[in-house]
Amino acid sequence: MRDTVPTAPATTISPPATPYGARTLIGGPGADRAARTRSPPGETVTTAAVRVLGALAHRAAHAHPEDPCACPPPAVLADRADGTVVRSGAVVAKAHAPGTDVPGLLARLSLAHDPHLTGILLAPLEPRPAAPSAALDGRPVTLWPHGRPVDPGDPDAAPWEEAATLLAGLHRAPVPSARALPPMRGPAKAALAVARMRAARPADPVTAPVLEAWRRLPAWARDEAPAPPHRSGFLCHGDLHLGQLVRHPAPDGPWLLIDVDDAGIGDPAWDLARPAAWYAAGILPSEVWLRFLDAYRAAGGPAVRAEGDPWPELDVPARALTVQTAALAFAKSATEGRTPDEVEQTMIDACARIAALPPELGAARSS
Amino acid sequence: MQCPKCHAQMHTYNRNGIQIEQCSGCRGIFLDYGELESLTRIEAQWTQQAPPVPPAPQAYPAAPGPAWGAPQHHGGHHGGHYRHKSFGHMLFSS
Repeated sequence: MRDTVPTAPATTISPPATPYGARTLIGGPGADRAARTRSPPGETVTTAAVRVLGALAHRAAHAHPEDPCACPPPAVLADRADGTVVRSGAVVAKAHAPGTDVPGLLARLSLAHDPHLTGILLAPLEPRPAAPSAALDGRPVTLWPHGRPVDPGDPDAAPWEEAATLLAGLHRAPVPSARALPPMRGPAKAALAVARMRAARPADPVTAPVLEAWRRLPAWARDEAPAPPHRSGFLCHGDLHLGQLVRHPAPDGPWLLIDVDDAGIGDPAWDLARPAAWYAAGILPSEVWLRFLDAYRAAGGPAVRAEGDPWPELDVPARALTVQTAALAFAKSATEGRTPDEVEQTMIDACARIAALPPELGAARSS
Repeated sequence: MQCPKCHAQMHTYNRNGIQIEQCSGCRGIFLDYGELESLTRIEAQWTQQAPPVPPAPQAYPAAPGPAWGAPQHHGGHHGGHYRHKSFGHMLFSS
């Protein structure tokens, strides 16, 4: 769940004029019409979805939702193609992406409920998604306790060691047998990022190094083949970044991983690969990278060898995350009508170095 | 041929007429008798042609990195964007 991506100030929506109640709001034509009259055409669905999610979260936060309460208005924590997340009081409601694999989501929710992962993954309030709503186009909705996110204004306070320790715990946990978990979606997300770049900048020559670095990855890292057996078989988060950690109970509880949408079975090195890619690109200071890596090893994480150079295991996933980040930078900057900024350019430059490797060094390795 | 260190398969490449074996696992390179001297000789010829490179202070302790990693020895550039707003955004996005 990306309920805590705090890169922009959370926008608030006005509470509905009527008391919160499912019958009034969920699929209620009044709510839809009200949203439609106030929003530009493209935002109609989003606004309705936000109102429904706010009402669901508020209802879940109170035993008697019709009673007067002092809750602040629901706050939109994220509203993107891959999920809409709205908080009301102590509860966060998430509408998952359109076209979500529902059996996969059920397996991932039961993973977040698994007693082996208590203290590692934040558990949802309910093990199953709420009933689909017309206002949400049938997108599955899940409810979660609110947790306190990482402070985006203070990178020095980021819990790198805690993140590494949680990942090691996840990677060491037994794979549940009751419900078949789908593959971790890391390679699928990398492929989606490249597709977004191609769509946003068709035949743009500046994207050539990113495409060449992508072409050199082994098929499994491009989501075109299963991961090699000796590198898969572990529980993985699938989309680790600093927005995927919260303190629960807020504000001072222990750190937990959130958002199981991309979790599944796969190569655990993928979960280390985003910080590894930032380090390799020269953005993340090596002292921060080593704090993260050392904490992961100290917690017995299986993704990399216990000592020595970890790059034989990290190389392929880190190259994939480098391509993914550079591709998204090209896609976003094209949409915003600008050139990539200097940090984005740093990731693009790393793709150019990957694309320039001698073929035998840049060749698809199976690691 | 198996790597004497990690026992992964080694692959043979030809570089400037010198045959080297590289491990597919740990990337270690195996040289036959006389090959190190040949490489050293070629390197010496190269450095005689190139202007001397002044040593640069290293900003952070060295850590292993990939072959495609950013240069780490040029005036503490490494980590220079850590506090950049755009990286702050990157830290928190999918």
